[in-house]
Amino acid sequence: MRPFREHTGIVAPLDRSSVDTDQIIPKQFLKRIERTGYGEFLFYDWRYSGDGKLQPDFVLNQPQYAGASILIAGKNFGCGSSREHAAWALSNYGFRVIIAPTFADIFSTNAGNNGLLLVKLPEQQVAGLLDRAQRNPGYKLEVSLLEKTLRDDNGFAADFEIDDFRRTCLLEGLDEIGLTLKHEPEIAGYENRIANRDW
Amino acid sequence: MLAKTLFEKLWEQHVVHQDSVGRALLYIDLHLVHEVTSPQAFEGLRLNGLQVRRPDLTLATVDHNVPTTPNRHVISDPIAAQQINTLRRNCHDFGVQLFDIDSSEQGIVHVIGPELGLTQPGKTIVCGDSHTSTHGAFGALAFGIGTSEVEHVLASQCLWQKKPKTMQIVVDGELPLGATAKDIALGIIGRIGSDGATGYVIEYRGSAIRALTMEGRMTVCNMSIEAGARAGMIAPDETTFRYARGRRFAPRNFENALAHWQNLRSDDEARFDATVRIGASALEPYVTWGTNPGMVAPITGRVPDPSSAVSETERAATTRALEYMDLKPGTAMEDIAVDRVFIGSCTNARIEDLRATAELVRGYHVHPRVRAMVVPGSQQVKRVAESEGLDRIFRAAGFDWRESGCSMCLGMNPDILQPGERCASTSNRNFEGRQGRGGRTHLVSPPMAAAAAITGHFTDVRKWRFKEAQSA
Repeated sequence: MRPFREHTGIVAPLDRSSVDTDQIIPKQFLKRIERTGYGEFLFYDWRYSGDGKLQPDFVLNQPQYAGASILIAGKNFGCGSSREHAAWALSNYGFRVIIAPTFADIFSTNAGNNGLLLVKLPEQQVAGLLDRAQRNPGYKLEVSLLEKTLRDDNGFAADFEIDDFRRTCLLEGLDEIGLTLKHEPEIAGYENRIANRDW
Repeated sequence: MLAKTLFEKLWEQHVVHQDSVGRALLYIDLHLVHEVTSPQAFEGLRLNGLQVRRPDLTLATVDHNVPTTPNRHVISDPIAAQQINTLRRNCHDFGVQLFDIDSSEQGIVHVIGPELGLTQPGKTIVCGDSHTSTHGAFGALAFGIGTSEVEHVLASQCLWQKKPKTMQIVVDGELPLGATAKDIALGIIGRIGSDGATGYVIEYRGSAIRALTMEGRMTVCNMSIEAGARAGMIAPDETTFRYARGRRFAPRNFENALAHWQNLRSDDEARFDATVRIGASALEPYVTWGTNPGMVAPITGRVPDPSSAVSETERAATTRALEYMDLKPGTAMEDIAVDRVFIGSCTNARIEDLRATAELVRGYHVHPRVRAMVVPGSQQVKRVAESEGLDRIFRAAGFDWRESGCSMCLGMNPDILQPGERCASTSNRNFEGRQGRGGRTHLVSPPMAAAAAITGHFTDVRKWRFKEAQSA
């Protein structure tokens, strides 16, 4: 997994709550068997009209958000289906950080497993950042996972909390399977115990 | 001894290793696999030279993108066909049992697990599908996972988890006639919202839950994820044990298993992190009006007005949802006309759902404007339904009778809504475009869907005039 330590990038404001994984990556793109190449399908039904034309009003189609790598959205981001394709699509598109008041559980794990940093901030702070990103073309944030801080070059600064385990995995780009297989004796011991059950 | 919840008991029984930062390595007793979320996981095993650790605890089927029409082994969509062929090759190469498209046990993964007797009280069960919460109906700890986690479980039969919080939802009293398990679920989500249980494992308790059949309990637990919950569970009891006994993969020494299962319940003094109480007698048949399952109203209600929303966020979400759904505030739910009806999905395509629905449509005909389909949850459900003559009732009433699969719940196969079409659906998600781009989904119970198919608009099933079976 690609490690995450610090990142500075353009912020795209997606002022919607409960953005579900069906919106992030619609079902017709889940038939592919690859792990890459989903970026072009990210938010497909919002980015493109029914006949495949760009929807100029959608945030990612606006020139001032070209090359955005930080996404800000409303609460309950990533709700719905467990499809990891949602994390792949965001990551393949170029996003490294998503900021929201809350995230759905399965999506949080999927994001972490793909080196995507989720930053949880209070609703008020998210609203303030949405506003800054909407008003200032090319608005950027600097994110440090080492220090667990966010800042812009115009006076905004905030700390954020993150689960220690997730933070370590992200910082070091750790492979969880590799970690788990080090516990082989314990896994085998557990399996021996359940093999001896009397049913 | 410290009193424990059912969840805490299951959690502790499955911890293989506890680390210093609050994570546990949990052992997984059953891993269900399907074609959509597994190809990249098997590929990962190949790249790293790993095997499936416990093929005997792993079972695969094809459900998400299979056609539901006759002669379906010929799949015209080449990308879907490739995905199914990939699962076949992976199951062959890694020694995993596959219930393929022509198998008499094929079906939606959350329907076949229980009916084969693989889903059992006390197990940890995962699948690369969010509706894995369904299996919690048996007193199992069951939750959906992503593809990286699928790979992790294939390789190690374990998963790292942070311990979730616990929530009890107590539904007491008698469910009124016409309200179903689906209405319990929609009533709960309408109350706590589509993120009301994020970070929690729910235990459903109370007399109305105890009174449900296993099919009803599965419907309730299935929808746990629609409230954001990590999992939903119900302590096993006689209803559970009766269902489990005699099934193909039931424990060989059933009486010994039973002795263990009988301890699987929350202790009387156990404490939950949160409690929600629902009076069953106040529940009604519900219909969703918006684009998440928390946007719901009783059939006697009306489409809400965004101006009466309690917050700016809610006002914006309601406005946007009504625009997508093409609904005007104040419209009576009964006045909303439908174009399509879908009876199916892992939420509501079990034999009991089909029986209740057939009972209602008997002697009637689908409204001329409406196209309606019934997609049994599994081949086993389909066989039983056909042996009871339910297929003939549905066909006579003008419903399409299909082969089993996920079908129009998510429209990965050819069963999709056209832009602008409005559907009464027994599935679990009414997200924008879920059943087809521009499609408008209203979630309801199976009887409510059937009634809408006949009348052409949402109809209160409590007023339904049932027709008797004609004597031959």
